[in-house]
Amino acid sequence: MAPRTAYAPEGLEDPLAEPSLGPAGWARWGWRQLTSMRVALLLLVLLAVAALPGSFFPQRPAEPERVARYLADNPAAGLWLDRLGMFDVYASPWFSAIYLLLFVSLVGCIVPRTGAHVRALRADPPRVPRSLARFPVRGQDVADAAPADVRHAVLASLRGRYRARGGSEAAPGQAPAVLTVRAERGYLRETGNLVFHVSLVGVLVAVALGQLLGHGGQVLVVQGRGFANAVVDFDSFHAGGWFRDSHLTPFTLGLDSFESEFDPVTLQPRDFTANVSLREPGAGPRLETIKVNHPLRIGSTAVYLTGNGYAPALTVRDATGAVAFAGPVPFLPRDSVYTSRGVVKVPDVSPGQEQLGILGFLLPTALVDEDGPRSVFPQPIDPVLVLTVYAGDLGLDDGVPQNVYELDTSAMEPAVDEDGRIVTLVVRPGESADLPGGLGSVTFDGLPRFVALDVRDDPAEGAVLVFALLALTGLGLSLFVPRRRLWLRLTDAGDGRTVIDAAALARGDDPGLRADLDRTLAAAREASQRGPEPSRPPPVEDQ
Amino acid sequence: VSTAQLGDVSTTMIYAAMASYAVAFVAFAVDLSSLRDGGPERRRRRAAAIAMAVTWLGAAFHAAGVALRGFAAGRAPWANMYEFTVVFSLVAVLVFLGFSRRRDVRYLGALVTGPALLALGLAVAVLYVAADGVQPALQSYWLVIHVSVATVATGVLSVGAGFSALQLARLSADERASAPPVPAVVAALATPEAPELAPVGREPAGRGSPGGLVRVLRTLPPGEELERLAYRLNAIGFVLWTFTLIAGAIWAEHAWGRYWGWDAKEVWTFVIWVVYAAYLHARSTRGWSGRRAAYLALFGYACVLLNFFVVNLAFTSKHTYAGL
Repeated sequence: MAPRTAYAPEGLEDPLAEPSLGPAGWARWGWRQLTSMRVALLLLVLLAVAALPGSFFPQRPAEPERVARYLADNPAAGLWLDRLGMFDVYASPWFSAIYLLLFVSLVGCIVPRTGAHVRALRADPPRVPRSLARFPVRGQDVADAAPADVRHAVLASLRGRYRARGGSEAAPGQAPAVLTVRAERGYLRETGNLVFHVSLVGVLVAVALGQLLGHGGQVLVVQGRGFANAVVDFDSFHAGGWFRDSHLTPFTLGLDSFESEFDPVTLQPRDFTANVSLREPGAGPRLETIKVNHPLRIGSTAVYLTGNGYAPALTVRDATGAVAFAGPVPFLPRDSVYTSRGVVKVPDVSPGQEQLGILGFLLPTALVDEDGPRSVFPQPIDPVLVLTVYAGDLGLDDGVPQNVYELDTSAMEPAVDEDGRIVTLVVRPGESADLPGGLGSVTFDGLPRFVALDVRDDPAEGAVLVFALLALTGLGLSLFVPRRRLWLRLTDAGDGRTVIDAAALARGDDPGLRADLDRTLAAAREASQRGPEPSRPPPVEDQ
Repeated sequence: VSTAQLGDVSTTMIYAAMASYAVAFVAFAVDLSSLRDGGPERRRRRAAAIAMAVTWLGAAFHAAGVALRGFAAGRAPWANMYEFTVVFSLVAVLVFLGFSRRRDVRYLGALVTGPALLALGLAVAVLYVAADGVQPALQSYWLVIHVSVATVATGVLSVGAGFSALQLARLSADERASAPPVPAVVAALATPEAPELAPVGREPAGRGSPGGLVRVLRTLPPGEELERLAYRLNAIGFVLWTFTLIAGAIWAEHAWGRYWGWDAKEVWTFVIWVVYAAYLHARSTRGWSGRRAAYLALFGYACVLLNFFVVNLAFTSKHTYAGL
């Protein structure tokens, strides 16, 4: 290997030695890098790329059951994807690292820019550059008036549109000074830019607050029943780290009735309405409706209609004729015609008898033909329950939590007829059917509806919205308010006329810049037509 | 007149718009191919004049089709993928026509009418559903606000992407034209037409013989001007997209009980927002303005198309309103 020094440029003793920065130097270097536009750009692109996996893989906070299925179907890949955080991308360390670095970079950028902007707001418009010739947008003209009158006219025309200052320059070797006008407009552009970025920080903080303070739960309510807004009443409940039980808005809600409408041809749903009774402390029941898109709001809490279905009311009697079960059982709809599946678990049979389990299908509008029984319409025009009965041990006593919508038949036997065929019972409302093998009977008492409700409370939601709208306003200002500078130099031509030299500069692409300059030059020319106005001294601060 | 008949008339109008755009596209292409013989300032561009007139006609049919569709369905006509496609392509055509009233952007015509024809073809052939009411989740005034602004944003970004594409094409044509001369054989291979048919170009002799396409592209406005036009549209598109995102979050809070849930559609909308934000930042970053910024804009627009066509149909999302 050739010695490295062979390639050393002349004058460098050791090409590998770098100037020593020290910890403070490195920190300063790192901060300057992080707050540079280039790194912000890189972080933005990284953020976009890092957000994508969340749309390809199921996410735990939204669809835990799909994650579980994915892990079961792809055990090897799933394990590694899980370790990488692919099933909870938006809470993963790498995603958090990117957006936190981005926000640090953002803050590091807007703090000095805010200072600079405040100074610019206080300061006068920038001085007239020595040479106006180098500006692409510039104009020259001659006015039939003295420089002071031209300057007066220009300042008058700029009033309200520009922040303008008149001034004068001592022309070398000339008695009459050269008068100047410097003007600037569009400070709102930078203000909007800063408001936009600060509001993004506000959105982030408000979202984080919502995560900590927010809470909510799901509850399934059968017609004629209700629930109280308390943790124990929810089927599932989630809350942020700062949640206390006292944060729950006190109320109870009862489901009086539920109405649905469907398109008769396409079977698509057209309307869902839940009629509820709301009871708040110290007040009588109030009738309210909840629709999709129209949640019921109680203080900062909102109740959303997220699902609906049928809960057939059943009475099951055991072999002794004693009522072993009575009440509505929610059946979960499985398709657009509300073919619904449900499970009735009957552990409380008379002593010495086997526990009963019933697996049922509800067909709201049943049609029985050669294809077997099926539902053809989602409304309960001719409801039919198709039941299969199991006897044995429901497995409820071993302490393992069970899904109420699934029947564990591992320790149960299906009821069969004399020929050993599994018996399927078909019952309509008001009808009873004897269970095979003398196990008892089942009665279909009625068909109440149920609704699935989401109850949510995010006290920071309003703040998120306010910051988001502020960001939108700031963005509009920062992109569409033109920031322009105008400079005029007015030289006395000696014969009562004034030579006008003007230039304009804009931040970014600005098609209206030329028109603005022309308008100002026209105002300068008009000074001669109006004639001098000696009675009113122009707003001038001489330099 | 029954609503079903109205719906049929609407579809007929869309077919008429497609026919017009097809004629306009051919005329724009003829105009472009004749540009290689000389600059646009040298002669009257009859083909381009015909193309513009037919595009206006097509836009009228197109707008009538959208309006009739709204009457047929009895609601805002942008509630499924068919309607969204029809409306955003109309917006793109209208943005182009609006621009052309201020300045000569006829060079962009083929890149607007061609994709508009393609989008409408896709809409009637694949995405079509009969005019009808909507499910409860869509019964909201936010359908009017959120989705209409989304269609306008998509239409505006479409034209912006057209300018960005032309900008890149023009820049690479400039590079090709200023490249050192290549051996004759290679030049003949690189030039699609037979050398003896190639008319004498405006390029000075001895700089190689750039192909017809390069010569056509060299008649476009300079890259910086195309960049400015693209930026103006993309900036407007970005603001509209921001509004779409916020309005969508408000609607999601009303309908689904949360303003943001990282649904596939929300993820892609966010990604598009970030990419266009990066584009706006890139323009003021040394070394990133110009070509790289244009690539970012095109990447953003590719995400817009993916977000609409692929996410709606292939992803598990709450935004599956195609009705297919």
